[in-house]
Amino acid sequence: MAEVTFKIPTQLRAATGGEGTVKAEGTTVGTALEHLFGNHPELRSSLTDSEGDLRRFVNVYLDGEDIRFGDGLGTAVADRQELQILPAVAGGR
Amino acid sequence: MTPSGAEFVRQIKGQIAEVDPAQVHDVLWDENVVLVDVRESDEVAAGKLPGAVHVPRGFLESRIDGAVGDRDKRVVLYCASGNRSALAARTLTEDLGYANVESMTGGYTLWKDRGYEVDVPRTLSAEQRERYSRHILINEVGLEGQIKLIDSKVLLIGAGALGSPNALYLAAAGVGTIGIVDDDVVDLSNLQRQVVHGTSTIDTPKVESAAKRINDLNPDVKVVQHQQRLDADTVLELFKGYDVIVDGTDNFPTRYLINDAAVRLDKPVVSAAILGFEAQLSVFDTRSHEGHESGPCYRCLFPVPPPAELAPSCGANGVLGVLPGTAGLLQATEVIKLIIGVGDSLQGRLLMYDALAAEFNEVKVRKDPECPVCSRDRASISDDELGVFPDYEAFCAAAG
Repeated sequence: MAEVTFKIPTQLRAATGGEGTVKAEGTTVGTALEHLFGNHPELRSSLTDSEGDLRRFVNVYLDGEDIRFGDGLGTAVADRQELQILPAVAGGR
Repeated sequence: MTPSGAEFVRQIKGQIAEVDPAQVHDVLWDENVVLVDVRESDEVAAGKLPGAVHVPRGFLESRIDGAVGDRDKRVVLYCASGNRSALAARTLTEDLGYANVESMTGGYTLWKDRGYEVDVPRTLSAEQRERYSRHILINEVGLEGQIKLIDSKVLLIGAGALGSPNALYLAAAGVGTIGIVDDDVVDLSNLQRQVVHGTSTIDTPKVESAAKRINDLNPDVKVVQHQQRLDADTVLELFKGYDVIVDGTDNFPTRYLINDAAVRLDKPVVSAAILGFEAQLSVFDTRSHEGHESGPCYRCLFPVPPPAELAPSCGANGVLGVLPGTAGLLQATEVIKLIIGVGDSLQGRLLMYDALAAEFNEVKVRKDPECPVCSRDRASISDDELGVFPDYEAFCAAAG
């Protein structure tokens, strides 16, 4: 089991009690996300669809690399790695 | 006995090959011949032979390989009268092993007297030299970079929070043409962050308000006011006239429309988005030419936009007023780098700035080989497809 840190963007922080970084455990991105959802259930529907797949307008980066270009949710994680959650943002005014 | 200076030059001329301007004129633009101007920069500024490369004699040994490279190539050197180029010819032949070097007799003076064509390089007016002096002093910009800025055309989509710092600093930097697309008027609640506008321009169209401020800052800038919303019918025609597109819009439909049109026309987009205390920034540049590998587009990053309930940009949102200033200036910096062609752009990277944490982070943005837009042949992207995705505006309308 590896301990990783999720970085939570502003618009999702209501679900984490305002926290910008949240620790979670897992062996893959998917299992770490499950652990994250266990502690912060409201994140689940924001990040994944009914099939459990990552929504297409949400990207997750493991140490700066988009997991879509790795093994997706099956991408292995190691201790102290950082997972950045990045939803699309459009504001400019 | 050591010879006099004049005698020395005469002796050198006896040892090197000389060529008459008429013969040089015959090989003008011949790709097998490299013309090298060995005069000083202030002399070259007044005019040079067309197509000649400039290698001042003082930098001859260190720069000639970069300018010519192939030592067997035919090289014709010239200066003002044929003396310095004769000395330079000897150096290239004797010391550097160039096999085929000639010095043009009579130099630039004789060339001009014969009435042959010359290139008079673009120069700046005394006032421009003064205005842009701090740019000209840095090597990465210099006179050449400043002229590129003056010749450039940048389109700002939105004259709001991100558009404001872009408008001000790009105008100050001397970008020659700034187009602004915005259909809104200035509101009091804008002024906490939209600094291109002012209290005196409340209720006037934003494009007009911005133009007024820009021309006060720099009257050289031509401001083109596009008082409209960006729409699929006119976007291609609009983008065609510009070199760089700056995306500072507040909604997803426009972001995808900008992306799709820019990909189709292969125009670089410098994109930023802000929310609360956070900013995201990247350069989407799908152009593919020598020295530039086609980069990812916005749809490689986010193939589809979020639905309304998860898209906080549908309605009014709070934003720390200074944040779009920071993000907009990072954007303006990328625009300037693209125009003058220096540095590493944010292409292929998404920069995130968290103002509360005072942290910058970046993630990689890869070109998606299955991207619904930029993986395709540009001509196959039809007008009807630009900015299209399922019912997004309806979502926003339903969300109120």
